[in-house]
Amino acid sequence: MEKTLETMTADEKKNDLISKWLSPPGIKFNSPDAEKDYKARVQRILDAINLKKPDRVPVFPMMGFFPAYYAGYTPYDVMYDYDKLMSSFSKYVLDFQPDAHGSVTISPPGKLHDIVDYKLYAWPGHGVAKEHSYQCLEGEYMQANEYDALIDDPTLFFLTSFLPRTMGALDGLKMLSPFTNMTEMYGGFTGAAFVPLGLPPVQAALKAMLDAGNEALKWIGTVAGYGAAMASAGFPGFFGGGTKAPFDTIGDTLRGTRGIITDMYRQPAKLIRAMEQLTPIMVKMGVANARVNGCPIVFIPLHKGADGFMSDEQFKKFYWPTLKALIDGLIAEGCIPFPWAEGGYNSRLKVIKDAPKGKVIWGFDTTNMAEAKKILGDVACIGGNMSIATLSVGTPDDVKASVKKLVADCAKGGGYIMMSGAVIENVPPANVKAMIDATKEFGVY
Amino acid sequence: MAKDLSKALADLKEDEAVAIVKEKLNAGADPMGILNDAGKGMETVGARFSKGEYFIPDLVYSGEILKKINELVKPKLTGGGAAKTGGKVIIGTVAGDIHDIGKDIVVFMLDVSGFEVYDLGVDVPVQKFVDKIKETGAPTVGLSGFLTLAYDSMKQTIDAIKSAGLREKTKIMIGGGQITPEIVKYTGADASGKDAIEGVALARKWASVK
Repeated sequence: MEKTLETMTADEKKNDLISKWLSPPGIKFNSPDAEKDYKARVQRILDAINLKKPDRVPVFPMMGFFPAYYAGYTPYDVMYDYDKLMSSFSKYVLDFQPDAHGSVTISPPGKLHDIVDYKLYAWPGHGVAKEHSYQCLEGEYMQANEYDALIDDPTLFFLTSFLPRTMGALDGLKMLSPFTNMTEMYGGFTGAAFVPLGLPPVQAALKAMLDAGNEALKWIGTVAGYGAAMASAGFPGFFGGGTKAPFDTIGDTLRGTRGIITDMYRQPAKLIRAMEQLTPIMVKMGVANARVNGCPIVFIPLHKGADGFMSDEQFKKFYWPTLKALIDGLIAEGCIPFPWAEGGYNSRLKVIKDAPKGKVIWGFDTTNMAEAKKILGDVACIGGNMSIATLSVGTPDDVKASVKKLVADCAKGGGYIMMSGAVIENVPPANVKAMIDATKEFGVY
Repeated sequence: MAKDLSKALADLKEDEAVAIVKEKLNAGADPMGILNDAGKGMETVGARFSKGEYFIPDLVYSGEILKKINELVKPKLTGGGAAKTGGKVIIGTVAGDIHDIGKDIVVFMLDVSGFEVYDLGVDVPVQKFVDKIKETGAPTVGLSGFLTLAYDSMKQTIDAIKSAGLREKTKIMIGGGQITPEIVKYTGADASGKDAIEGVALARKWASVK
């Protein structure tokens, strides 16, 4: 009898995800060659993760809106027209032949964010020029005195505080009663908890949510269609899901940088307690998507733990414990965590080495890669560091030289994936081509 | 109770620093003297940051304490604040980029280091930098940017300063998470600083050579 998820060990859960990634259910390959290439690409990535020598170094440029620019579109065009999103991102993969694609989720549904009157970001045509990517508008969307509310009931806090503050059309949600009040008929408990749902502001918010849901469905159709089309053509998706380090969840979009920094001094215990409370929620966020997508890799973009952003002591006290718990939690669910260290992580390498062998991919932006290989090489696959500055303003020969050096520094014995140090936006296509082709040339084992 | 405001601020002891300020004000102390002490404390914070003893959280938190002190002292000030003697610096995040954390830290460090800072904010149009140079005659301009789109905005801003005939008398520094020597060359800037302390050092160097 087949085991259910509940009774599987971590390794069994991982093998289940890997077998789905290697042989995606429901995918009809375009040709026997496409199928062969697909499996070879997944295996190449898996070998690197398992610290074994693949046939060559896998190459996965991390895309921002490069595919849109390459096809002659703006970020605005592809965020509002899903046909353009599909065609441009497909064209990039088919023309450049990377070992994996990063889905089209980098391009969120523009109209959905119009519908909910989204306040947390500026996006193309909405606070940012149509030619540029979206950008976060940091603020204190959670006040310093609201830690208890977040800790007591994170979902209720999001529903009645965070969402109304970051989405104008959902303002009415702040009138909701906790759904946990709906315990039973007796005494009108459940009836009373439904009362807010009859009020016009709440109904207006729910209407906006339904409209947003309809738009989300159209968008996810494109996301799924793209993944299927790319798989059929022989190109696997790299990301199963994504989540965030608890420190960044609070620091990026709840309290903001200034807010979380003052909390580190004024109310450190509450901050730590809140991060602990969010950790299992962040684990579930990553795992759920990985299972839906049938791919074990869970992306964790890391922000505020970088070199210089805090001391080693502060990193060990505030940032690392819940990130480590997140990584362990994902591994226990059969996922392959892919923490992505933006900025430099030179001073953190010895701390983050604390992980089981061959279970994590560490992605780096500006970290010294020879050092990273030396310190992490026997524990974790590393990736990244192809300089976004060189990709942006260098020549194809500059890019080729960087690729050659990275392969020399990092690829020995396996355990390296060629990736850009940051997401690729409007750079010369010849440089992206040079990055991919040079890896195929120099990265052969 | 210790009376050393500079030390309390430098050691990031918020409650102690605030208590000292209140005590001094109640005793009729000169508000300017309090601000001078706070300034000395901030100098120590800056020195510790440049030595790698303090990090961004310490810097930001010291700024929060200073803000509180200023709020307490301001109502008692009769004249203006301390004269700015370090020179003029224009700073802003370039067109298309709305990130402000790095820029704000540099502005803050320049301010506590005695510079007169003209902070143009974020997503600053090219012409605004040119106009501000003409208006203030500032010898130093700082261009901030976090995104890769800032490369071109920085280049365009510097080109515009050149076209306006102001490049010869203006030194330009750039900064941001994705700035490398390649980008300094690409944009035509004079230098980049990897953090706020390097930005202050560049501004000092350029203020003294004019």
